Amino acid sequence: MNQNPTPQTGHGTGDYVTVNIGPSHPAMHGTLRVIALTDGESLIKAEPEIGYLHRGVEKLGESLSYHQFIPITDRLNYCSAIPNNVSYEMAVEKLMGLEVPEKAQLIRVIMMELARIADHQVCVGILGVDLGAFTPFFYLIIQREEIYEIFEWFNGARLTNTFGRIGGVDADLPDDFEDRWNELKPNVRKANEETEKLLTHNRIWMDRTIGVSAFSAEDALNWGFTGPCLRACGVKRDLRKDEPYCMYDKFDFEVPVGKNGDVFDRYIVRMIEMEQSIKIIDQAYKLYKEMPADAPLMARVPKVIKPPAGEVYSALESPNGELGFFVKSDGSANPYRIRIRPPCYMIYQAFPELVKGELIADLVACLSSLNVIAGELDR
Amino acid sequence: MDLKNRVEQCLGPENLVVAMAECQGDLSVEVPKRSILDVMRLLRDTPGLGFNFLSDVFGVDNLDLNKPKKRPKKKTEEGEGAEEAEETAEKESLPPRFEVIYLLLCLERNERLQVKVRVAEDDMEVDSLYSIWKASDWPEREAFDMYGIRFKGHPNLKRLLMWDDFPAYPLRKDYPLEGQGEERHLIYDD
Amino acid sequence: MDDWLIAIIKVVGIWVWVLLIAVVMTWVERRGAGLIQDRPGPNRAGPWGLFQPLADGIKLFTKEEIIPTKAQKFLYIIGPALFSLPAFSAYAVVPFGDKIILGGKEIILQVSDVNIGFLYILAIGSMAVYGVILGGWGSTNKYSILGGLRSTAQMVSYEVPLGLALLAVVFVYGTFSLRDISLAQQGTFLGFLPNWGIFKQPLGFILFIVAAYAEANRVPFDLPEAESEIVSGYHTEYGSMRLGLYLFGEYVNLVTISGTIVALYFGSWHLPYIDLGAYLGPISWGIVSFCIFFLKVAFFLWLFVWVRWTLPRFRYDQVMGLGWRGLIPLALFNIFITALFIQLTV
Repeated sequence: MNQNPTPQTGHGTGDYVTVNIGPSHPAMHGTLRVIALTDGESLIKAEPEIGYLHRGVEKLGESLSYHQFIPITDRLNYCSAIPNNVSYEMAVEKLMGLEVPEKAQLIRVIMMELARIADHQVCVGILGVDLGAFTPFFYLIIQREEIYEIFEWFNGARLTNTFGRIGGVDADLPDDFEDRWNELKPNVRKANEETEKLLTHNRIWMDRTIGVSAFSAEDALNWGFTGPCLRACGVKRDLRKDEPYCMYDKFDFEVPVGKNGDVFDRYIVRMIEMEQSIKIIDQAYKLYKEMPADAPLMARVPKVIKPPAGEVYSALESPNGELGFFVKSDGSANPYRIRIRPPCYMIYQAFPELVKGELIADLVACLSSLNVIAGELDR
Repeated sequence: MDLKNRVEQCLGPENLVVAMAECQGDLSVEVPKRSILDVMRLLRDTPGLGFNFLSDVFGVDNLDLNKPKKRPKKKTEEGEGAEEAEETAEKESLPPRFEVIYLLLCLERNERLQVKVRVAEDDMEVDSLYSIWKASDWPEREAFDMYGIRFKGHPNLKRLLMWDDFPAYPLRKDYPLEGQGEERHLIYDD
Repeated sequence: MDDWLIAIIKVVGIWVWVLLIAVVMTWVERRGAGLIQDRPGPNRAGPWGLFQPLADGIKLFTKEEIIPTKAQKFLYIIGPALFSLPAFSAYAVVPFGDKIILGGKEIILQVSDVNIGFLYILAIGSMAVYGVILGGWGSTNKYSILGGLRSTAQMVSYEVPLGLALLAVVFVYGTFSLRDISLAQQGTFLGFLPNWGIFKQPLGFILFIVAAYAEANRVPFDLPEAESEIVSGYHTEYGSMRLGLYLFGEYVNLVTISGTIVALYFGSWHLPYIDLGAYLGPISWGIVSFCIFFLKVAFFLWLFVWVRWTLPRFRYDQVMGLGWRGLIPLALFNIFITALFIQLTV
């Protein structure tokens, strides 16, 4: 811990104090660790150290078959496993040149947007908890549980969904999806409204979040930001709009952007995105209902997947940003190389920049607002 | 004009294109290792290309791909990199073992490009892109961590995911999946 | 002899009573949190989970006491004691009812009606900071020290507005004795307003309650133990009943603070517009006044819970800014206004 290479002198009397935050710390979600050099309450330097949840996912993938890797992708962003699954499946489908049936795409969209809502709910809720506002967390998490109920009832798993197959999805939406969704939708909206009432115009909340860890659009792009954190900086970039996949070009939704890239903007962007996701699900379900009941759910996929040799990169807009999979095949039944491009990996590397000159309390706020998930960070 | 021609036009005159390949619409261009910084600046600043966003940097170990080449007639012959293999075959019997792949993105036109450099086992140093894109900070560290590829000019090139005195490079193809029994002994002492 | 007996009964009785409220408060806090957060809260031990505090107490008492190797043992041990002792003794000057006449003896419902009343509360209250800072320092843990430092800065800063707000009360009532102040709050003034402190000192009340929340380390001023930032602040390294003393002392503080607020600003045992004492016999009035006082205290205790589960937490610099730049000038202004009024009306 005491590894300051150079002797430091602070304002006034002198020494800085190194505070080791994490990997077991209430505010370090999962197993993050920040080594903070502090001068009283203010941060001189904060250096994140990662790898505590490194499981060698990329190495594991090289010895599994293409289908066997799908459950592994669940463990990346465990708050919203479905976009991980779909992103990987899309990469392999692209490698094989498969055309996924529209109905399967719609089911994917519906499930991914549900996962996005769940993910944002966790992020906003945890942000509240870390800033001392405990109650909104419960309002949101109760609704997240309901979303997980839908996942569970779709394929039996709540967190690690292993959703879909390469080439489509394995199961159709059950018949009472509409009822469940109609029941869930107002509750999600209500929870969001209550959260907004408790937080958005709360003087303390505004003081704690506005202007904290603000980041310019230029810096954000330079550091490789994507997703809500980039949009909070004022860059209108959303892969769902810019590089449409899964029929996203057929849906009408807004891409919210912030202005200052601070914690408050990230929070607001996430709140609005939840509402937009609800809209997307409604539209997707409407399209889904127009499909014939016996429309195919799977493309024609061989039993053993042996994509032709080649390498592709495919990305989608996961709740945290651009989640990409680079898959290289040598023509055999195992992928030759899988590279995962997790969104929060790129965002978290700018962490020292984000919290420079802030206070310890801001470090926590900033970290939660980035929604860094150790699972996809360390892989 | 499609992307391939534009890239060709931009990099071609300077003789910076070693090979180009396209796989399912993903264009990848291989460039000489020593001029990676120039290539990146060109790709970023040339109007009409404008790849202003670095999406990812990572390494690939081609050990297993190269291996069958020793034996005649193997099915991966027509895989990517076959051309380059011929080109470098004069210098050495095998093509360079490692690749570093850069994923670029043009935000204006939403075009993506893979830039690739080959890194031989005896010369594991590539110029760091940190001066152009700060986004290359951790990915380069990870490539170093996992493959031992060193990035010249990187401000803080140390292991990222593995602990600092980990003795091997785990994503190399000759590293066993179950590990080699490395253990991390934490010393709680100050 | 009788006086002695009465004094002892009062001391023991009020002590047990305050502890009992504090115990129940731990339950109310969690059930209240559950109520606010759409969840049941502790509901397994006994009816509505009422025995939960008991279970917690048994747990805390029977847990192994661990003293960290690197802790400074003396400070580490004395910390919780220094924190809880002032908390337990501060209630002595706060009344809990009017008076009761038993066997011709008039017994005031207050442990001791000292004429420096809340000077005693201020003095004893500021002792608690020693418990926090010594515990934090003695733990030899950076989080603990940070928590201790935050708490010191916060408690010292907020004692100033607290004291200034109280000073204005003294201007109004001309006494330090909480009983005298309570008695003075009977009836109405200006013809329609109850003669309560809050109507005479509205700004002073706001200042007092904000400063009191900060003194009690409650949300939104719970920085010394901000869980998400510095783990548990000054009691990070504490376990078993030592931790229990810290947590418990906090709730006792809440009772004292609520009692003070009621006695100073909310008419103590008086109801607005009606003087029950005139209609009831001496014994029943004693009991009724006790109940009225307790109900008011209960409201403020609930307010603590309510606020805790509603607001986010301040940041360190914002707390300091609010204290020095917001509350203190306002408190001085309040004193000025009060003095002016008194000067003009008397």
